Amino acid sequence: MSDTATSAVDIKAQSRGQNLRFYGIWVIAAIVLIVLPMIFSSGGSLTSFSLIGISIIFALSYNILLGQTGLLSFGHAVHYGLGGFLAIHAMNAVIARGWSIPLPLIPLVGGVGGLAIAIVVGWVITKRAGTVFAMISLGIGELVASSSLILRSVFGGESGVTTNRTDLPQVFGWNFGPQIQIYYLIAFWLMISAIAMYALTRTPLGRICNAVRDNPERVEFIGYDPHVVRYLAYCFAGFFAGIAGGLSAINFEIANSAYLGAVQSGIVLFATFIGGTAYFFGPILGAILVTYLQLGLTSVTTVWQLYFGVIFIGIVMFAPGGIAGLLMMHRPLVRAGSLGLMIPAYLIALVPTVALACGVILAIEIIARQHLPADAQIINLLGIPFSATSPATWLTSVILIVGGYFVARLTWQRIADAWDRATTIARDRGYLA
Amino acid sequence: MLELIVISTLNGVLFGMLLFLLSSGLTVIFSMMGVLNFAHASFYMLGAFFGYQLTRWIGFWPALIIAPLLVGVVGMAVERYGLRATHKHGHVAELLLTFGLAFAIEEIVSMIWGKSPMDYRVPALLDFPAFTIFSTNYPAYKLFMLTVSVLIFLALLVVLKRTRIGLIVQAALTHPNMVAHLGHNVGRIFMLVFGVGSALAGVAGVIAGPALVTQSDMAALLGPILFVVIVFGGLGSLPGAFIASLVIGLVQTFAVALNGSLASAFGPLDPSLGPSVLSDIWNVTIAQIAPILPYVLLVLILIVRPLGLMGTRET
Repeated sequence: MSDTATSAVDIKAQSRGQNLRFYGIWVIAAIVLIVLPMIFSSGGSLTSFSLIGISIIFALSYNILLGQTGLLSFGHAVHYGLGGFLAIHAMNAVIARGWSIPLPLIPLVGGVGGLAIAIVVGWVITKRAGTVFAMISLGIGELVASSSLILRSVFGGESGVTTNRTDLPQVFGWNFGPQIQIYYLIAFWLMISAIAMYALTRTPLGRICNAVRDNPERVEFIGYDPHVVRYLAYCFAGFFAGIAGGLSAINFEIANSAYLGAVQSGIVLFATFIGGTAYFFGPILGAILVTYLQLGLTSVTTVWQLYFGVIFIGIVMFAPGGIAGLLMMHRPLVRAGSLGLMIPAYLIALVPTVALACGVILAIEIIARQHLPADAQIINLLGIPFSATSPATWLTSVILIVGGYFVARLTWQRIADAWDRATTIARDRGYLA
Repeated sequence: MLELIVISTLNGVLFGMLLFLLSSGLTVIFSMMGVLNFAHASFYMLGAFFGYQLTRWIGFWPALIIAPLLVGVVGMAVERYGLRATHKHGHVAELLLTFGLAFAIEEIVSMIWGKSPMDYRVPALLDFPAFTIFSTNYPAYKLFMLTVSVLIFLALLVVLKRTRIGLIVQAALTHPNMVAHLGHNVGRIFMLVFGVGSALAGVAGVIAGPALVTQSDMAALLGPILFVVIVFGGLGSLPGAFIASLVIGLVQTFAVALNGSLASAFGPLDPSLGPSVLSDIWNVTIAQIAPILPYVLLVLILIVRPLGLMGTRET
């Protein structure tokens, strides 16, 4: 790769360039977060941005387990939820006792809540990795979720616990009533948590977590206890999930047992995996997409969860690296300048693939609307109204699925061929091993 | 009290046998393929819904045969077209695939049949009290469920212990790699085992449907308990799964039947203390904590014996 005659000056210049790029990304991210509400200032988009910010923190914390340490958890919402409950109780206590703790510090209390439960259950749960860990985390999740309905005085039963965020002590004249102030609070904590979690991946602990994921036996031989490493990773993940839960409690001014439930754990798993676990920015992409779909699809269709499931199955089967993995696959091609070969193949494949997807969507919607009243029988797809009851719609759906599938298969073959050619060029030019 | 013990024991064994119908398939699939099938409870739900639909169309008895076969075919398709393609990405991807499937199946079922409980009735032939003990009528249908699950249990035992395919499956429980090295068509065995496991879950669904509630959330309710059973019994151990099924079945049934609480045992707390965590715990009845008991058992066994009751394999 590198020439033998690389001088020290070159290396220094190169590392300075990399540093600049590295800090540049974070500065750009911060600027985007600040400018975003000025461009999209409607109430709806502010609410969406707030939710997306919370779910990014949550998904990143989940990736400490799944991506970094290789621990598949089905009960991560426990930390999110308990963080949320502790934050709510802390806010109520601050109001009742008149302590001078301002609202921006409350998410930290949530983090402590998530950390506390991680410290308690983590030692048992991380004794074993792999499938057993997954099952135990599911069991603990169910245990906490069911217990929350029994301990009514703490969790408020079905209705949950409420608070009023504007009654807390104010800082810089902000009372955190309007959504824009909450958005900036969430953006602030998002930046802090993201930087902290990124820093965690660069520490020796973060590196040894990767080693535990890849080869726990080898880690034991070099003198580390994988159990302890998994436990530490679990505690960090619990802490950041708690911060997300605390922010969520501030955002909604309520915490209820749904925060802790299996659905919440499932959604964060979906977001992280769809985004891609191998890269730090993967969960960010996933959280944005999943939250956006969640908000967007609920108003359009009653079976939005089914679409989630289908997208998730598709990602697991065909692109286990997630969206981030798919994007990064093209990086050597961009460097080698052979990406141009791929674009025509992609564009050609887009038409039949979209047709196939439309056919499937149409079929799902037809079945989903059989039980609905007559006024819900119109399916609006790409601006074309279809009647769910008419045979013509059935026929369109079948033609799109069958025809789309056979044509799409041919074009997918073209993509594979183009991919081979493009990677060969990249390999020849030395950008791909 | 004696009445409660007898009835609860009967019900508990029944629920335990039902759990074993599911956990046996799950255990064999896990041992051979290393895949913990998250969608196993979904196959149980599919069995119940197929059973309900076929009962309405052609009656209960044909449905009892056809519905599990249909579920078995669905299971084989999942193995052939889903898991086999995912296998190269590792066990986590396979687990996630079945997780996504469980999610999708629940949505599809509630999309087709709606979210409310189905009117899945006990067949008229079995709709009578079998016997009366201590003034309680014990329904014949429950005895029928018990008979079916015991018969399937015995059939499984014979197949596993006395036939060639059973021999291979048994070998694969402990030495999966060796079985592959011996030149068996592992792919076909996997598909078959997956199909039979799903069909067993389907049988459980068809016979449990009329007695329990046939609803689109039944998989989500039973699934976690099922995982508790197989982790409690020890992953990959059939005898362990059998014992754990009975233990969990009995514990849950007895807990639901008991109405005692700390307050009824030691008298109520001083009301001046007001509502607190202590008063919540003091007043909760054993019946109310029944849903969390399996998970408490799970945590306890993991502290005492991390491999589970009869488990020997690390993964």
